Amino acid sequence: MVGIIGYGVYIPRYRIKTEEIARVWGEPGEKLAKGLGVFEKSVPGPDEDVATISVEAARNAVKYARIDPKDIGAIYVGSESHPYAVKPTGTIVAEAIECTSEMTCADFEFACKAGTAAIQTCMGLVSSDMIKIGLAIGSDTAQGRPGDALEYSAAAGGVAILVGKGKPVATIETTVSFTTDTPDFWRREGEDFPSHGARFTGEPAYFRHVGAAANLLFRKTGTTVDDWDYFVFHMPNGKFPLAMGRQLKVPNEKLEDSLVVRQIGNTYSGSAMMGLARILDIAEPGSKIFMVSYGSGAGSDAFAITVEDEITKHRGEVPTVDDYIARKTYVEYATYAKYRRKIKALG
Amino acid sequence: MAEKGVAGVWRKIRAIYNIQGNQCKTCGNYYFPPRLVCPTCRRKGQLEIHKFKGLGKIYSFAIVRQAPDHFKRQMPYVIAQVELDEGPRLTAQIVNVDVDKVEIGMRVRACFRKISEQGHEGIIVYGYKFEPTMEVTGHD
Repeated sequence: MVGIIGYGVYIPRYRIKTEEIARVWGEPGEKLAKGLGVFEKSVPGPDEDVATISVEAARNAVKYARIDPKDIGAIYVGSESHPYAVKPTGTIVAEAIECTSEMTCADFEFACKAGTAAIQTCMGLVSSDMIKIGLAIGSDTAQGRPGDALEYSAAAGGVAILVGKGKPVATIETTVSFTTDTPDFWRREGEDFPSHGARFTGEPAYFRHVGAAANLLFRKTGTTVDDWDYFVFHMPNGKFPLAMGRQLKVPNEKLEDSLVVRQIGNTYSGSAMMGLARILDIAEPGSKIFMVSYGSGAGSDAFAITVEDEITKHRGEVPTVDDYIARKTYVEYATYAKYRRKIKALG
Repeated sequence: MAEKGVAGVWRKIRAIYNIQGNQCKTCGNYYFPPRLVCPTCRRKGQLEIHKFKGLGKIYSFAIVRQAPDHFKRQMPYVIAQVELDEGPRLTAQIVNVDVDKVEIGMRVRACFRKISEQGHEGIIVYGYKFEPTMEVTGHD
């Protein structure tokens, strides 16, 4: 059966505290951090972008899986901050991890769920034996307009997942999706920053889609909340996944372990996948993981995943999510603005 | 608009993405950047492609406090001579480090970074830089 044969993550070293951003805009930082459930977020260095983050995550995934990268038949990189508007990030990743040229590759975009859409595509290609191994990446250096609510959570990080058969570390039992035309968040061509529908991003967008995809997956698998050990929901902030959990009657202890958003913010295309990676770092073989991503615009992909015994043979090969979270250096707003090119005079 | 210098970058991609050089099978010496002829063995040399592990230590370094315009965003930063485990030394930027913490002998590993951009419209050049190894399993 198709599954995850390896995964790797990367989180940049820099962090900015919610309170530091709030200080600049004259907002109550402590209250904001608690309300959002985001206490600090990752910030990419001045020489980091989605290509570099994707390569670091992909190299970790290949090392973890102990595969020959020449067996990878497809690379899909999901992001809303690809460094080029035209020239696929995946081509850079392929060269940097030394894949063969005899493979297919494309960049994906679906707000925060482009990475999980890439996983589904790889599942299809592997299941149909068109390829042996597919590499799906969710990676972002998310943009937040200075002073906008999104600036508190828009973070950077990436997750690479190798999908294959053979001996997976976790089997993907099934996947379902729910997609509608819901304009809750968007960025027009050529614009530097995205726009959003403020409160509209909640009930008709995130909660409707994540809830619908979750219920579809419960129905398709004939299960209830009690049949699952871990839940991972997309994390635009620390508040939404907990509220989603309450709506679906998921106990907090089944959700807590995935909430990396509190320490690193929303890594957009890498968000739900980063939560999944954190669970794969710690889960016992046999554990059942229920993951639902969300991408504005809008859609959700839900996955039923079972952790296999094989996972114990691969742990320790590469740094964990917690290792990357622990490696951090705080920057103040001025440095953050310089690194993120918010100072236009510098070009 | 046609850009100059694209072909030159493209030719070096293999070498600068993965620190790919060569080894002479006659004398055993490693070379980076890759050479066309072994300077020791000359016509008796047998050069083969070699991918370096990307691990090494800082041989010497300088802290750059006056940088060209397109590196200003990164100031102050460290440029070092890194001695690879296989022997060759190369010049590279050290990232993910506080400049006052860098020291000779520091263990480093290669990472993938943006080296330069040819303006707003031109290509982005990626390649190796080095970072201190984390004290966790799997980072060397």
